[in-house]
Amino acid sequence: MAGISRDEVLHVARLARLELTDEEVGRFQEQLSEIIEAISKVSQLDLSDVPPTAHPLEIANTWAEDEPRPSLTLDEVFANAPDRDDGYFRVPPA
Amino acid sequence: MSNWEAVIGLEIHVQLKTRTKMFCRCPNGFGGEPNTQTCPVCLAFPGALPVANRRAVEECIKLGLALDCEIAERAVFHRKNYFYPDLPKAYQISQYDEPLCARGKLAVPTENGDITVGITRAHLEEDAAKNVHVAASGRIHGATATLVDFNRGGTPLVEIVTEPDLHDAESAKRFLQLLRQTVVELDLSDAELEKGSMRFDVNVSVRPAGSDELRTRTELKNMNSFNFAAKGIEREIARQIRVYEQGGIVEQETLHFDPAHEESPPMRSKEEAQDYRYFPDPDLVPVHPPVDVVERLRGEIGELPGARIKRIADTLSFYDADVLVTGGLDRLWADVVAAGAEPKEAANVLANQFVATGIAPSAVNAAELAKLVSARAEIPRAAFDEALAKTGDAGFTAAPYLEQKVVGDAAELDPIIERIIDANPGQAEQFRGGKQGLLGFFVGQVMKETGGKADPRVVNERVREKLRA
Repeated sequence: MAGISRDEVLHVARLARLELTDEEVGRFQEQLSEIIEAISKVSQLDLSDVPPTAHPLEIANTWAEDEPRPSLTLDEVFANAPDRDDGYFRVPPA
Repeated sequence: MSNWEAVIGLEIHVQLKTRTKMFCRCPNGFGGEPNTQTCPVCLAFPGALPVANRRAVEECIKLGLALDCEIAERAVFHRKNYFYPDLPKAYQISQYDEPLCARGKLAVPTENGDITVGITRAHLEEDAAKNVHVAASGRIHGATATLVDFNRGGTPLVEIVTEPDLHDAESAKRFLQLLRQTVVELDLSDAELEKGSMRFDVNVSVRPAGSDELRTRTELKNMNSFNFAAKGIEREIARQIRVYEQGGIVEQETLHFDPAHEESPPMRSKEEAQDYRYFPDPDLVPVHPPVDVVERLRGEIGELPGARIKRIADTLSFYDADVLVTGGLDRLWADVVAAGAEPKEAANVLANQFVATGIAPSAVNAAELAKLVSARAEIPRAAFDEALAKTGDAGFTAAPYLEQKVVGDAAELDPIIERIIDANPGQAEQFRGGKQGLLGFFVGQVMKETGGKADPRVVNERVREKLRA
């Protein structure tokens, strides 16, 4: 049976910088397992001649020419920034 | 030491000098005020969509061709996921299992034949923003906040990964120099180490000589000088050998080589290392490099530096050929020689004196420089240096400097020398008493008196003669 272990839930949570309670770990393990199970139904089909599809459209080579366009003004840049220090975004120490 | 062999692989990042960023049309360039070269795409505003820069794709292909890579028929952009303040999307758009260029090689000429280094891949990705760490007392360690400038965020990088085909620090350094010169000549990047437009990481391991095992490697990160890289590699090789010989094991770790401290302290290990959860970026479509574009780019690549080193080494020593080519001086050298200068003399002037002027070789009129090189022995050193410093000026001519002949006539120099000896009886006495170092004092006085026009060899000889009298 496809599923996800408790350790895997904790691992994914750490990667996402999420702190989960024990109750949440259990709940997400259940929900994520259901999702994985649903999706793994696809593997019951014979797809040996179907290439992996990362994009729904059969297109390639969508470019932009290397021509500069105006950037935002600083007011626009910082309109939703939680903290600003002159021209910089200010964030907790990395 | 001799029963160990080092195994070295390199990972190089080169910042492309396109006009705009990799996935948006913000300007790509140094020097803008912080965050003035940003937009919804490179700031990761919700819903903003990336569009690949055609020129960056072509330049990556061109570099791949120069490195003898296979160009993929289909290449894909992936998301590399991690959290850091310099990465507003929380992923970097990079390439993973379908890179633009793979399976190439670069042959590094040496006096004893080529060292051929496999190129695993060369792919496109976007650069991260610049973090400035601030503390109460200034911008140092133990920061209280991080300030972020997204101007660099999203600018195009080519990442080049080599096979672990290098076995000593000097070869690694030469590989990097040759790669840098290749990138510069293809006009893809300034590849300036000090500015960070070329950066590289080095993987080092050691193994018993003759074995083909690959042992645990350590990574030297963010080095910004070829000489420091060579030093860091040597140090790390010696350290690993010491660890094994004392019965220990080498731990996988990342070392940050800090030239100021001349050692490689361990950096904080990245938690959850290597779990980047790559997946194809659904916002971007695959790249299918058109055959005609690839062939056009192939046609734009001239004779590469490695080939030129070998060709020039037929005329000059290998060392001179290498210095001229990796210094970007060989084309000027060839023009100066074609204009009549003696090859070895021209190489010496270019590699030792011209290079110190900082003048761009392309700004120089080779015919005028050739006249100067040919007259080097006959004109005063000061006049030669002055002329050389002006070879980059528009309309420079050598003629006025060539008229300033060196004074090598003893009859003309002797009265001056006698006058100086008479004026400095104390020093003359000390010289006669055995203080040979004072010869330089007298020669210097004569050179000063003659405005640098005297031939130092003749002055030396005559001063010695006169003091002995």
